[in-house]
Amino acid sequence: MEETIVNKYTPKDFKSDQEVRWCPGCGDHAVLSSVQRALPDLGIPKEKFVFISGIGCSSRFPYYMDTYGFHSIHGRASAIASGVKTANPDLSVWQITGDGDALAIGGNHFIHVIRRNIDINIILFNNEIYGLTKGQYSPTSTKGIITKTSPFGTIEEPFSVGELVIGAKGKFFARTIDTNISLSTQIYTEAAKHKGTSVIEVLQNCVIFNDGIHDTVADKEVRDDRTLILKHGQPMIFGKNSDKGLILDGLKLKVVKIGEKGITEKNIIVHDATESNPGIQYMLANMRYPEFPVALGVIRSVEGITYDNAMQEQISEIKKTAKIKCMDDLLMHGSTWKVE
Amino acid sequence: MGKKSQVIEREEVVIRFSGDSGDGMQLTGTLFSDTAALFGNDLSTFPDYPAEIRAPQGTVGGVSGFQVHLGHSEINTPGDFSDVLVAMNPAAIKANAKWIKRGGTVIYDKDNFTVKNIEKAGYEKDPIEEEKLDHCIIIDAPISSMVKEALKDYGLDPKSVLRTKNMFALGMVYWLFDRKLKYTEEYFDKKFQNKPGIAEANKVALRTGYYYAETIEALSPVYKILPAEIAKGTYRNINGNTATAWGLLAAAEKSGLGLFIGSYPITPATGILEELAARKDLGVKSFQAEDEIAGICTSLGASFAGKLAVTSTSGPGLALKSEAIGLAVMAELPIVIINVQRGGPSTGLPTKTEQADLMQALYGRNGECPVVVLAASTPSDCFHFGFEAARIALEHMTPVMLLSDSYLANGTEPWRIPSMKDLPKINPPFADKNDKPFHPYHRDCEKLARSWAIPGTPGLEHRIGGLEKTAKGNVSYVPENHEMMVNVREEKVQRVANEIPDLKVYGESTGDLLVIGWGGSYGYLITAVRELQSEGYRVSLVNFNYIYPLPKNVKKVFKGFKKRVVAELNLGQFANYLRIKHQEFTYDQINKVQGIPFTINDIKEKCIKMLEGM
Repeated sequence: MEETIVNKYTPKDFKSDQEVRWCPGCGDHAVLSSVQRALPDLGIPKEKFVFISGIGCSSRFPYYMDTYGFHSIHGRASAIASGVKTANPDLSVWQITGDGDALAIGGNHFIHVIRRNIDINIILFNNEIYGLTKGQYSPTSTKGIITKTSPFGTIEEPFSVGELVIGAKGKFFARTIDTNISLSTQIYTEAAKHKGTSVIEVLQNCVIFNDGIHDTVADKEVRDDRTLILKHGQPMIFGKNSDKGLILDGLKLKVVKIGEKGITEKNIIVHDATESNPGIQYMLANMRYPEFPVALGVIRSVEGITYDNAMQEQISEIKKTAKIKCMDDLLMHGSTWKVE
Repeated sequence: MGKKSQVIEREEVVIRFSGDSGDGMQLTGTLFSDTAALFGNDLSTFPDYPAEIRAPQGTVGGVSGFQVHLGHSEINTPGDFSDVLVAMNPAAIKANAKWIKRGGTVIYDKDNFTVKNIEKAGYEKDPIEEEKLDHCIIIDAPISSMVKEALKDYGLDPKSVLRTKNMFALGMVYWLFDRKLKYTEEYFDKKFQNKPGIAEANKVALRTGYYYAETIEALSPVYKILPAEIAKGTYRNINGNTATAWGLLAAAEKSGLGLFIGSYPITPATGILEELAARKDLGVKSFQAEDEIAGICTSLGASFAGKLAVTSTSGPGLALKSEAIGLAVMAELPIVIINVQRGGPSTGLPTKTEQADLMQALYGRNGECPVVVLAASTPSDCFHFGFEAARIALEHMTPVMLLSDSYLANGTEPWRIPSMKDLPKINPPFADKNDKPFHPYHRDCEKLARSWAIPGTPGLEHRIGGLEKTAKGNVSYVPENHEMMVNVREEKVQRVANEIPDLKVYGESTGDLLVIGWGGSYGYLITAVRELQSEGYRVSLVNFNYIYPLPKNVKKVFKGFKKRVVAELNLGQFANYLRIKHQEFTYDQINKVQGIPFTINDIKEKCIKMLEGM
């Protein structure tokens, strides 16, 4: 319905007049470009898009979008976006954040927006480092990494984004690589269509402070063998020659080669992103190279009631039978007395 | 019906109900005040309860009290010393002994004065004797055993029976003040509609108490307080938190905007969130956030989306909100921040009152970060200042901080209900849809308020944020631009002074001493100053509600007095603020930081000392 009344946009319509100031070669450029490609076809009028960000390199994103935008304070984008969407569920609200912004200083807001299932789309740029403050470890940095604030290596376990999202009762989780524009565009589109909090982890490269951190899986030469692009309803097959796949071995996932040891395509498990029990999706989200390929695509996409809608409905329901319909009613209700 | 031997007619009287946290003293006090209000007395109430929900039974730490001050004339405070103390246990005597007037009446539950309870309260044998209360009329009523006896045929379990003790005590007090039981009986019928047994038990306890007092009449005088002379109109009792919430709701209606509150529960501010959460009938969107920061940030998001946005908190929560208030200042978004002050620092005295967050409200942020600061002065004028805070925020595109305090939040007084048609319309500076390209920091020349473009409006897409911007809305690190923007944001707040009322002087505009107060200590100051005036002293009062910016006539008012004394519940924050803003004057101070309000005597004695030294 809506599409008929909406102008046909092009990615250019979403570019602001501001010069993009990220470092040359930064993965953020590709994310910006993928988002600008995804938005025109969503059938949403341009004025309804709102981009909210926190603090960090990626959080400059809203300035480069010709939409409504709010560049806020460190860690609080989830809370601000929650307020925007709850106040006006008619808007398409996008949160731009990073691994530090969302998972360190903003960890509390991040898990709670997911728990409430507020219908916003969170793009989490994960470069496993603090870029804007010039190279300190983040909550997703691999244990032992040497950075400016861990000159002898970190001694703490990193978060896995997918694990955290599922643990917080997340209903939509996807993963992509910054430079894979077609996959990214596709995922942003699906995230936008999903009703509820959608979290997209982007494996993003920081060319200055953590260059090549995702290369072992993201490099064009090797990525087909080291990543698995999940598609709902399709068997989990990967590899340059599409000859590898995943099976369930007892309660665990296992990589197998099709054609060996009697394994055929029929043995390969089929991806079900809509399954509400997150067991398999949890294992998929946590797959790490070299034991496994890294899962990309929409890992989990489960329908659920959104907070913003539920609030709207509760209000309309209560209004139907309410005795108090305006302020004068409220002021005069209950026990009052007259002085004459 | 026996005759009432001794009837004392009084202008005013103070009653304190006191007992264990679980004894239902708050309800008892509320029912008594409602009955007094219906009778036509002016009154003021104040609940005083411990931070612990149920501190160990029978200990002084667990004592919960409710004080009511009612009168035939205007009542501005819940009163200092009580004429009647109802003590449900020995600990209640311990907690209140020094607050009983000479010759007052003490009613206590004899059955609860067991050796164990007496020791628990820290007495050796006889609390009355040890506190030297022999100047009082002592009524030792066997309350527990009387309700047990009266309710023995009602089939209630022993716990439920004992729960009606407070109603027995209330019945006695009703007799003492010659009040009718009707309102309270109706309350029980309504409250326990589905439990007629409980309703009946409470009514029986109430009546038994009333008749018991009648039977032992010789023991105490009956107080008679005629109705007060009050302006015509329809009245209700209201506390500060409810009044604040309603003021904001009224502003939402007058601005045509939806109300959004993002908050985190914190004593003593929670009542505001609770009241607004209950107002789904008026379309309120209430968001109980995961923490204080998310409280203000969700609100700020809602403000960006075009709502009347509010967050409510108390001192520790305000500390957590500081950074986001800075963002609101930078983004120039309207938001109302309510700080219901309590004793600090840190967790401090969560259920007690103080005015020690003034400097935090004014200056507790990084950078040059001006916000409008208002302070309400009575429970009912929280309505007006809630409305006013929202009006200023929306029309001037600025955060506004409203200071209330625990004493206002929980205190109640009768309030003449306003009519919505008498309140002004609120006109936010919405951007014109033809205003393209939209420049977010383009502002009107008079107020310097920027225009407000709401997401969803075609063609007005724009970006704002915490980084310094040019008027066009582009990020800028240019030194001169930053200084210009800092000045403009300050000047915008200053210009609010163009439309706020002049400071009002209570009393003559010249004299020997000007008592200066702000916010919630008004009731005590006005009572003390009026008494001083009637005793012939040349004293007047000003009480500030507009703190930042200050009203324009301050200098003119201050000049009229030989001396100025600032009375406040902190170590002198407002006095120091005035020393910055109005350096041409000197200021004496009256300070108290005990978690409790001033007493009238606190103020009078110190003022007299100053006047006599002149």
